[in-house]
Amino acid sequence: MDISAIMQEIYTARWTLWGGLLTTLEISAIAISAGTLAGVMIGIGLAYGPLVLRLVLRGYVDLVRGIPSLVLIFFCFYGTALLGLNLSAFAAGVFALGLFCAAHIGELTRGAVQSIPQAQTDAAKSIGLGFWRRLVYAILPQALRRVLPGWVNIAAEIVKGSTLLSLIGVVELLLATQQAIARTFLILEFYLALIVVFFIINFAISRAGALLERRMAYVRF
Amino acid sequence: MHYNFNWPVVWRNFDRLWDGLLLGLAIAVVALAIGCLIGILLAMCRESRLRVLRIPATIFVEVMRNTPLLLLVFFFYFGLPELGFTAFNNVETFAATLALYAGAYLTEIFRGGLAAIPVAYVEAGKAIGLTAPQRLRYVILPVLFRIVLPSLSSALISLFKDTALAAAIGVQELTFGARWVNLNTYQILETWTVTAAMYLVASYIIAFGLRQVERRYAMVR
Amino acid sequence: MPDTPLLSARNVHKRFGAVEVLNGIDLDIMRGQVVALIGASGSGKTTFLRCVNMLEEYHDGEIVLDGERIGYTTTPAGRRRLPERAIVAQRGRIGIVFQGYNLFPHLTAEQNVTLGLVKVLGKSKAEARDIAAGWLERVGLADRRSHYPYQLSGGQQQRVAIARAVAAEPKLILFDEVTSALDPELVSEVLEVMRSLAESGMTMLVVSHEMLFVNAVATHVVFMEQGRIAEQGTPDALFRNPESERLRSFLGRFHQVFR
Repeated sequence: MDISAIMQEIYTARWTLWGGLLTTLEISAIAISAGTLAGVMIGIGLAYGPLVLRLVLRGYVDLVRGIPSLVLIFFCFYGTALLGLNLSAFAAGVFALGLFCAAHIGELTRGAVQSIPQAQTDAAKSIGLGFWRRLVYAILPQALRRVLPGWVNIAAEIVKGSTLLSLIGVVELLLATQQAIARTFLILEFYLALIVVFFIINFAISRAGALLERRMAYVRF
Repeated sequence: MHYNFNWPVVWRNFDRLWDGLLLGLAIAVVALAIGCLIGILLAMCRESRLRVLRIPATIFVEVMRNTPLLLLVFFFYFGLPELGFTAFNNVETFAATLALYAGAYLTEIFRGGLAAIPVAYVEAGKAIGLTAPQRLRYVILPVLFRIVLPSLSSALISLFKDTALAAAIGVQELTFGARWVNLNTYQILETWTVTAAMYLVASYIIAFGLRQVERRYAMVR
Repeated sequence: MPDTPLLSARNVHKRFGAVEVLNGIDLDIMRGQVVALIGASGSGKTTFLRCVNMLEEYHDGEIVLDGERIGYTTTPAGRRRLPERAIVAQRGRIGIVFQGYNLFPHLTAEQNVTLGLVKVLGKSKAEARDIAAGWLERVGLADRRSHYPYQLSGGQQQRVAIARAVAAEPKLILFDEVTSALDPELVSEVLEVMRSLAESGMTMLVVSHEMLFVNAVATHVVFMEQGRIAEQGTPDALFRNPESERLRSFLGRFHQVFR
C-alpha cells in the first residue's frame, strides 16, 4: 500500500467523502433527536397510559424491535410511495431510523420510569403535584438519568444503522466511499479508512456518554 | 390513492421467502456456534495476564463492536479477493463475517459469565485434584454456558435479524427475497407484512424454544 | 368555628381484595390537637393515615377536612371519586412525612422544600427560598440547605422532609412512623422538631411506636386493632388505666416504659 497515493486519492475525493460524512451525521442527528423525543413519550405512555394506549404502543415497540432495521427501512422506502407522499430516500430512511430509535428508547424509558420507587410518586402527590408536574419535576429527572447508558448504546446503533441507507441510495459516508472506490479501485484501503472513521465516531459517542454518566453519578441515585 | 390488495400473488412466491428464512436461520446458527468459540477464546484472552494476548483481543473486540456490520460485510466481501482469497462465495463470506461480529459481541457476554462463576466451584475442582484443562472442561465451561444461556438466546435472535444485511451482497435470504417479490409484483404492503410477520414469528419460536432449554439448564444465581 | 373538628372521619371502610382493612373508623380531630394512632402492625393505622390524603382509596364512609369532603362526592348516581385535579388540590392542604423520608434525590434540601411552594402554591422563587430558609432554620438545618439527600444523615433527611411538609402551611400534618427507620441516636432530633411543632399549635395526626413521645406530646391517643378503633382517650387515661384486654397486652410489650 502506497500511503502517499492513498492520501492523494482521498484528497481528490474529499468533497464526496465530506458530503457523505455530513449526511451520515445529519441522518444520525435527526433520527436520534426525534426518536428520543418520541421514545420518552412512548415510554411514559407505556408506563402510565390507559390499557388501549398501552396495547397499541406495545404492539408498535415489539413490532419494530422484532424485525431487522433493514426491513423497516425498505418498508418505509417502498411504502411511502403508496401514501402518495413523495418522500426522498433520505426522508424515508431517516423516518425508519427514527421509528427504530423511538421504539428502543420507549422500552428503555418505560423500564426506567417503572424502576423509580412508588414512594417518590407518593411524595410528589403529597406536596400537591398533579400528574404531569409529578412526571416533569420528580419522576423524569430521576428516570432519565437511569436511561443514559442505554441511550448512548442506541445512539451508537443509529450511527451504525445509517450505513443501511446506502442500500436505498442515500449518499452517506459508506456509499460515498464506495463511489470513491469505484473510481480508484483502492478497495481495502478505503474500507479500512472507513472502519477507522466509524470507530472514531462511535468511540467519541461512548466517551461522551461515560463523561455524562460520571457527572450524573455525582448525585447518587 | 388506490391500492389493490393481491395476496395470492405473494403466496405464489412464498417459497422464495420461505427458503430465504431457512437460509437466514442457518447462517445465524452457524454464526452463533462459531461466534461462541471465538467469544470464549477472546474472553479468556482479555482476562489473561499476558499483554500479548490481552491487547490484540481487546483491539479486535472494540473495533468489531464500533464498526457497522454492513461495512464489515462489504469489507470482507470485496476486500478478501484483493488479498487472494477468491474461493469463498457470498454466503460463506457473509457467514464468516457474521461469525466474527458475533464473536466480538459474545466476548463481553462470556467475560461477564466467567466473572459470575462462583469461586467455590473452581476451588472444589482444585480440591478434588483436577488439572487446569480438566477444570476448564468439566467445571468452568459447563457452568459458563448455563449462566450465559439467556444472553445467548437473545444473541441468536439478534444475529438472525442481522442476516437481513446479507441481501446487500446478493445472498438470497428472506429480505432479499422480499425485495425481489416487492419489485416484481408491486404488492408492497403484502410483501413486507408477510416478511415482517415471518421475522417476528421465527424470533418468537426461537425465543420460546430457547426458554424451554433455559428452564432445563440455566442457573439462577 | 373553634368547636367543629378540623378532621372528621365517619364510618370509613377499606378492603384489599376480600380482606377488610378498615372496619368503620369514626374519629374527630380538633384544631391544635396532636392525635397519636397506636396499635400492632396490620391494625390499619398507616392505611387510615394514607386515606386521609388520598394516597389510598377508601370504599365507604367519609373523611371531612375543615368542611370539605376528601376524595369523594355523592351524586344522585351514588358515590363518586372526585376528579384528579380536585384531589390534587386537597392534597396540597395536607402535609405528610413518610417513614422513608422520600426526599427527591435529584434536588437539594432547599429545592425539596421550595418545589411545592413554587409549583403548587405559585410563590415566586425568592419568596419560596425565604420560606424554605426559615423552616430549614427551624428544624436546625440552615447550614445544610445546599446539600443533597445522599449527603445527609437519616435524621437530617427526615427533618428536611418535615420542613417540606410544613412549609406549605397545611391545615393538618400526617406523620407515618417517621422515626422507625432511623438509627436510635437520630430519633430524638426528629422527635424534638415534632414536639416544637406541636407546641406551636400545629394539628398533627401521628402514627408512632415511640410511646414515651406519645405520652409526652400527644393530646389524644387512639388505639387501633384489626381495622377498628378499640379504645381512645388522653394519654394519661389510656396508659395508666387501659380498659381493654387487647390494649393492656399491647402496652405490656412496653413495660420498661410504663411502671
